[in-house]
Amino acid sequence: MNGFGIGADLFPLLAAVLAALTCGLLGNFLVLRRLSLMGDAISHSVLPGLVIAFLIAASRSPLVMFLGAAVAGVATVVLVELVKRLGRVEPGAAMGVVFSVLFALGVLLIRQVESLGNIDLDADCVLHGQLETLAWFGAPDSWSDLLSPATLGAVPRQVWTLLGMFALASVFVAALFKELRLAAFDPALATSQGFSAPALHYALMVLVAGATVASFEAVGSILVIAMLICPAAAARLLTDRLLPQIAVSLLAALVAAAGGYLGATAVPGAFGLGAVNAAGSMSVAAGVLVAGAVVASPRHGLVSSWLRRRALALSVARDDLLAGLYRAAESGAPTPAHTGLSAVRMARASGSARRAGLLSTGEPARLTPAGEHAAREVVRRHRLWEHYLVEEAGLAPDHVHPTAEKLEHTPLAPAGDPATDPHGRPIPPALAPDPPSRDIS
Amino acid sequence: MDPGAIQPAPHAPPPVTGSLAEVADGLPGVREIVETLTLRAGFNTNTVILGTTLLGVAAGVIGVFALLRKRSLVTDALSHATLPGIGLAFLGAGALGVDGRSLPVLLAGAAASGVLGVVCIQALLRFTRLREDAAIGIVLSVFFGAGVVVLSYIQANAASGAAGLNKFIYGQTAAMGMRDAALMASIAGGAVVVALLLLKELTLVCFDDAFARVGGWPVGAIDLLMMGLVVLVTVAGLQAVGLILVVAMLIIPPVAARFWTERLWLLVALSGVIGGASGYLGSVVSALLPRKPAGAVIVLTAGAVFACSMLLAPARGVLAAGLRMATMRARIGADHTLEVCYELSLGGAAMSRERLSRLASVRAWPGWYRWLIVATLERRGLLSRTPDGGLRASEAGLARGARVSRNHRLWEQYLISHADIAPSHVDWSADQVEHVLSDELIAQLESALGARGVTVPGAGPGRAAP
Repeated sequence: MNGFGIGADLFPLLAAVLAALTCGLLGNFLVLRRLSLMGDAISHSVLPGLVIAFLIAASRSPLVMFLGAAVAGVATVVLVELVKRLGRVEPGAAMGVVFSVLFALGVLLIRQVESLGNIDLDADCVLHGQLETLAWFGAPDSWSDLLSPATLGAVPRQVWTLLGMFALASVFVAALFKELRLAAFDPALATSQGFSAPALHYALMVLVAGATVASFEAVGSILVIAMLICPAAAARLLTDRLLPQIAVSLLAALVAAAGGYLGATAVPGAFGLGAVNAAGSMSVAAGVLVAGAVVASPRHGLVSSWLRRRALALSVARDDLLAGLYRAAESGAPTPAHTGLSAVRMARASGSARRAGLLSTGEPARLTPAGEHAAREVVRRHRLWEHYLVEEAGLAPDHVHPTAEKLEHTPLAPAGDPATDPHGRPIPPALAPDPPSRDIS
Repeated sequence: MDPGAIQPAPHAPPPVTGSLAEVADGLPGVREIVETLTLRAGFNTNTVILGTTLLGVAAGVIGVFALLRKRSLVTDALSHATLPGIGLAFLGAGALGVDGRSLPVLLAGAAASGVLGVVCIQALLRFTRLREDAAIGIVLSVFFGAGVVVLSYIQANAASGAAGLNKFIYGQTAAMGMRDAALMASIAGGAVVVALLLLKELTLVCFDDAFARVGGWPVGAIDLLMMGLVVLVTVAGLQAVGLILVVAMLIIPPVAARFWTERLWLLVALSGVIGGASGYLGSVVSALLPRKPAGAVIVLTAGAVFACSMLLAPARGVLAAGLRMATMRARIGADHTLEVCYELSLGGAAMSRERLSRLASVRAWPGWYRWLIVATLERRGLLSRTPDGGLRASEAGLARGARVSRNHRLWEQYLISHADIAPSHVDWSADQVEHVLSDELIAQLESALGARGVTVPGAGPGRAAP
C-alpha cells in the first residue's frame, strides 16, 4: 500500500477521524471530573449490553446496538455508584469489580452466541475494530469524481452512524456548555443553581456509551479509551481554560487519528511490510501527543519548568555571590567567606553578574557601583528579615539565618528601619530610588 | 478450535457446534463431573485445574494489599501494558534464534513492559498535573494500542506467524500444556510464599506508611516488592484468564472478603479462599462444558461471591445495614409519637386524629409507615387507639415519651449553655440526638448543667414521668 488511495483509505480514515473527534470532545469532561476510568469501564461493559440487545432483537441494526450499549453504560454507572455507596468500597475497586464482571459476562455470552452460527459479533473485533472492512471497492480514481452524488450512496453505514454520533455529541456540548462547565468544576454549586449535576452526569455517560458503540465496529473499544482520555489530557497540559482546551483536544484527536492511520498503512508500506492495526497505531499516536505535551508544554511542560528552575537557581546564586563580596568588603576580609556554591555554579553566577554589569571584569572581581547597590539590597533584606524573625516572630537569634537566607531572594522585605540585626551588624539603610518593598507585617 | 475451554477429558463427548439444543445435549454426565471435580479426569486437565486454583489463591492474597494501598486500577493498567512486551519478546526471541513461543520468554517480556507501564503512571503523576485516573487511562490505552500494533505486525510480517499470541488477551486454557500450567503454578505459589513471609511488613505499609517510614522501614522498597508480586500474579494469569480479566482476580476476591472481616490475616485468608474457589470452579466448568472460557467463568464466580457478600455479610452487608437502619428509624418514629403524647398529656389532653396527622406530615411519614409505628406501639402496650382515631398512651408509653422529651431539653440546654449556639438553632440538633443519649451521657449532662445552675425538670432515665 503506497500513498493514499481513495478506495482503500477514504472511508476508514473518515470513520477513524469521526470516532476520535466524538470521543475527544466528550473526554474533556471526563478528564476534568476525574472520571477518565469511567470511560474505560463503560467501553468494557457495553459488551454484554450489545450481545443481550442482539439476542433480544435478533438484529444488528445501529438503533438496537445503541440502545443495548446505552442501557449497559447507564447500568455500569449505577452499579458502580451502588457498590461504592452501599458496600462502602473504594471507588477504584468498585469500578474494577463492576466492569470486569460485566466484561466477563459479555465474553461468555459472545461465546454462546457464536455457537448459533452465522454471527459476526466477535470479541476481538470489539477490542480493535475492523477498519479495513470499510474499504471502498469501486471508488473513482480521481478526486473530482468524488463530488458526484453516487459517492454519497457508497458511504458505509458505520460512517453515517459516527457522523450522527459526532453531531449529537457536538449539539449536547454546545447546548449545555455552561452547565457542563459548572458541573465539571463544582457539581455542588451546579446542583444548588437549580439544574441537576447527577442528571447531567448520566446524560454524559449515555453519550460516552453511545460513542463507544458507534465506534466499536469501526475502530474498536481500545481506541475509544485512548481517544476519550489522551487528547483531553494533552490539551489539559497545554491550556488553562476550558474552551481552548476543547479546541486543542479536538485538534489532537484529529492529528492522532490521521497520523495514526497513515502510520499504520503508509509507513510500513514504504518499507515493503504489511499494514499494522490502525486503531492500535492511533492509540500510540495519541500517546505520543501526550508525551509531547508532557515534555514541551509552554507552562506545564518538563522543559519549561526545568528552564524556570534553572533561571531561578542562577539568580539565587548571583545574589549569594554579590552578598558575599559585600560582606567581605564590609568586614575588611580580602576574600568572601565560603558561599556554599559549587565551582561550576560560582563560575556561572559570576559570568552572569559580569554580563549584567554588576561585577568588574578584572581579577579579582570587584563590585561595580550597580553591583554594590544590588548586593546592599540583598544584605539589607537578609538582615531586615533576621530582625523581624527575632523581634516579631519570637525566634531565637541563632535560628533565623537559614530562613533569612531564603527570604532575601524574594522582593519582599519587612517594613521599618532598624539600625542593626540581631547579631549586631548594621542594616544598610535603603538608598534612593527606593527598592520595591512591601509591608508584610 | 475452541479458545478458552480446557481440553475436554479423554472420554468426554467432542465439543458440539450448532443449535442451542445440541449444546444442551453436550452436557457432561454426572460421572464425568465428579471425576473432574475430584481431579481424576486426566493428568493435563488436573494440572490446569490445580494451577488455576493456585493462581486464584495467589491473586486473592496479593490483591488484598493492592486494594488496601488503593492500587486496584493500577493493576488494570499493568495487565493491559503487558501486551506490547509479549509481542516484542516474541520478535526479539525470533531474532535471537530462540523459539518465540516459549512461555518463559513471553512472560518475561510481559513483566518488563508491565513494569514499564507502572513506571510511566508514576512519572505522569510525579511530573505533570494529570490526576491518577487520567494517568492510568493513558498508560492502559496507549500500551494496549501499542501491543495491538505489534501483534498485527507479527501477524502480517513475521515468517512463523503469531499463532497463539492473541490468546493472552482473553486467555485460553485449552492451549495450556502441563509445563505451562506448572510454570503458572510455581510463579503463583512463589508469590504467595513471599507475601506470607512479608505479611508484617506489607501490613504495616498498607495501614500506616508514614509510621513505617518513621520506624525505619524501607517503605519504597516494600511498595516496590508489592508491585512486583502483583506483576508476578498478572503474568502468571495471562495464559489462563487473559490480560483483560486477570485484573478481576486481583480486585474482586479481596473486595468480597472485606465485607466479612475487619482483621487483616482473616482478610488475606478469606480472599485467598475466594480466589482459589473461583479459580477451581472456573477451570472445572471450562473443562466440562464447551464454549465456557475459563477466565470469564472464574470472574463471574468471583462476582457472584462478591454479590452475595455485599448483600449478606453480617456487619457490613447491605441487608444487615438496611435492617439496622429500619430498626433505628422505627425506634425514632416511636420516640417521636410518644414524645408528642407525653407533651399533650401535660395539658391533660390525648393525641387527637388531627394531631397525629400533623405529626405524620411534619415527619414526612407515608401512611403505611405511620400505621406501622402505631400498630407496633399498640402491640407493645405502650399506647391504645381511641374510638375517634386518636391515640392514648399507657403509663409505660408516657414514661418513654417523658424520657425522650427530657433528653431533648437536656441537649438543648447543653447546646445553649456550653456550645454557645443560639436558642433558636438548637431544636434541630436536639431532635436527632434525643434518641441516642445513653444513661451515662445523661448523667454527665445533668452534672455539667447543674454545675452552671441549669436544671431540667422531669424524671431521670428509667424513672416514671411526673
